[in-house]
Amino acid sequence: MLHGGTAASARPLTISGEGMADDIILSAKGLGRDFKGFTAVGEVDLNVRRGSIHALIGPNGAGKTTCFNLLTKFLQPSRGQIVYNGRNITTMKPADVARLGLVRSFQISAVFGHLSVLENVRIALQRRRGDNFDFWRSEKVVRSLDPDAKALIDAVGLTPYLGTVAVELSYGRKRALEIATTLALEPEMLLLDEPMAGMGHEDVERTSALIRRVSANRTVLMVEHNLSVVASLSDTITVLARGNVLAEGTYESVSKDARVIDAYIGAGHA
Amino acid sequence: MANASAVVESPVAPVLPDANSAGRLHRRVIIGLALVLIVAPFVVYPVFLMKILCFALFACAFNLLLGYGGLLSFGHAAYFGMASYICAYTAKVWGWPPEVAILAGTLVAALLGLVFGALAIRRQGIYFAMITLALAQMVFFFSVQAKFTGGEDGIQAVPRGRLLGVLNLGDDRALYYFVAVVFMAGLLLIYRVIHSPFGQVLKAIRDNEPRAISLGFRANQYKLLVFVLSTTLAGLAGATKAIVFQLASLTDVNWTMSGEVVLMTLVGGLGTVFGPILGAIVIVSMENYLASLGAWVTVIQGIVFVVCVLLFREGIVGLFSRWLKQPL
Ligand SMILES: Nc1ncnc2c1ncn2[C@@H]1O[C@H](COP(=O)(O)OP(=O)(O)O)[C@@H](O)[C@H]1O
Ligand SMILES: [Mg+2]
Repeated sequence: MLHGGTAASARPLTISGEGMADDIILSAKGLGRDFKGFTAVGEVDLNVRRGSIHALIGPNGAGKTTCFNLLTKFLQPSRGQIVYNGRNITTMKPADVARLGLVRSFQISAVFGHLSVLENVRIALQRRRGDNFDFWRSEKVVRSLDPDAKALIDAVGLTPYLGTVAVELSYGRKRALEIATTLALEPEMLLLDEPMAGMGHEDVERTSALIRRVSANRTVLMVEHNLSVVASLSDTITVLARGNVLAEGTYESVSKDARVIDAYIGAGHA
Repeated sequence: MANASAVVESPVAPVLPDANSAGRLHRRVIIGLALVLIVAPFVVYPVFLMKILCFALFACAFNLLLGYGGLLSFGHAAYFGMASYICAYTAKVWGWPPEVAILAGTLVAALLGLVFGALAIRRQGIYFAMITLALAQMVFFFSVQAKFTGGEDGIQAVPRGRLLGVLNLGDDRALYYFVAVVFMAGLLLIYRVIHSPFGQVLKAIRDNEPRAISLGFRANQYKLLVFVLSTTLAGLAGATKAIVFQLASLTDVNWTMSGEVVLMTLVGGLGTVFGPILGAIVIVSMENYLASLGAWVTVIQGIVFVVCVLLFREGIVGLFSRWLKQPL
């Protein structure tokens, strides 16, 4: 039962840019989820182009986080189908989806609280060893991952906090640590759930720049409330309201859509 | 506490002592412990020491699961007690040498842990604890009903035998050194598990399971492995105890034994390497020296437990660890 799955992690890390404009990396068809009769996500069709930054926006409770949970298999869909890189992943387990290179972050900051910043990132790098069931080996064997971990930590500006226990970090730095940890997997596609929520102005700018930088050779699907960030970063925007897609397109087209304006204002008054 | 420190961040970041300095301290403590174990039987009654060592190993095994795996098993008596029965039976009825009988008991605890773990691991938190308790109760009723366990009488007059056919374990001091070696081996194995690549992932799963899964770790497999490691070592402790006391009885499979190991671990310091050892010393000593008080021992233990939880949640060793600013 305790066998490894290293084969799955041998995936292409980069993609060539040419002629891929219509290449869909992740698609959902009729994806939905009910909670005891309450429909959190109705029937969502979503197509994310390879190499793009795709934003998922919508009022609170629209079902964005639930969508992320469905796409990464943290929740079982009530209906619909998910195809990633031409492969039907609808019935896969979340850890195996991650091994295919589809890696998510969480809306609530998710760090390993009792581990140091260095250890947090190194845990992700330990995935390179495949399964880590070797309980008889000294942890010295993972110290060879330290240089790579330090480089990632440096990229998010956390070098002064290398030995700090994650729980002691400020909120913004926790989020930065999360991004470094996620990037350590060199994921082909990133799902970021409100990566900048609760960040100060400076952190928002640094994080947007980082997302832009890392999106150079990967695909990003992100939920974000900061509309100026969405406008400046994303190629495509999908607007979700009450569990269904309301509109889709560029920022210019979506922001002029009467139904979208209605949904936002309606939610604001609710 | 987490929130407060996140908001008010000190200018100088609190830093974890680097792994090397913690490692040096641990090595010193372990060497010190070994030295104490060598001279202890000249000062303290060896059978009492052996009792402490068996329970200390049991508590360390339990702590591996709860302190580092974040899994609260409320049925660890099943593995401790069943291993004790198997060891006692094979040594007495089949005449197996003590080391083989102990291995047999340990192996049965491992297999039992594999089956029960596979059933329980799918549930989280309190449901996990309840399933482990229910399964342990099944083992208890099986032990009451089954012929080979000797029912209320248990299996008595288990021969201590000769270790590897040479060393006569009938001699208390000889047996003591054997038990001390078993204990140290168990402790060193646990220490290694905690400080292995596996241990790192385990701690990550304990801290934030969904996040660990999102990084591609199949959390359930890690949890099952640590569960089996823990039950195996609990079995080793129980089997050794059967040889020491030449007895296996219902006390060792009873739910109160599961509770006692929780108590030892929490009093000593959950999630610390050395805490459960101190916890076992405190609890076993109380039982021994306050034995004349009868049922009051339980009450006093309860009070100690409540005081511990109220005054120092991290246990005795956890408190030391905070003073020293070093993990212990
Ligand atoms: N596990 C759950 N059980 C019941 N209802 C849920 C659950 N998760 C989400 N919901 C409901 O689904 C709706 C969508 O939630 P969510 O996806 O978190 O919205 P968003 O991320 O867009 O703000 C909300 O009404 C929420 O209360
Ligand atoms: Mg959300």
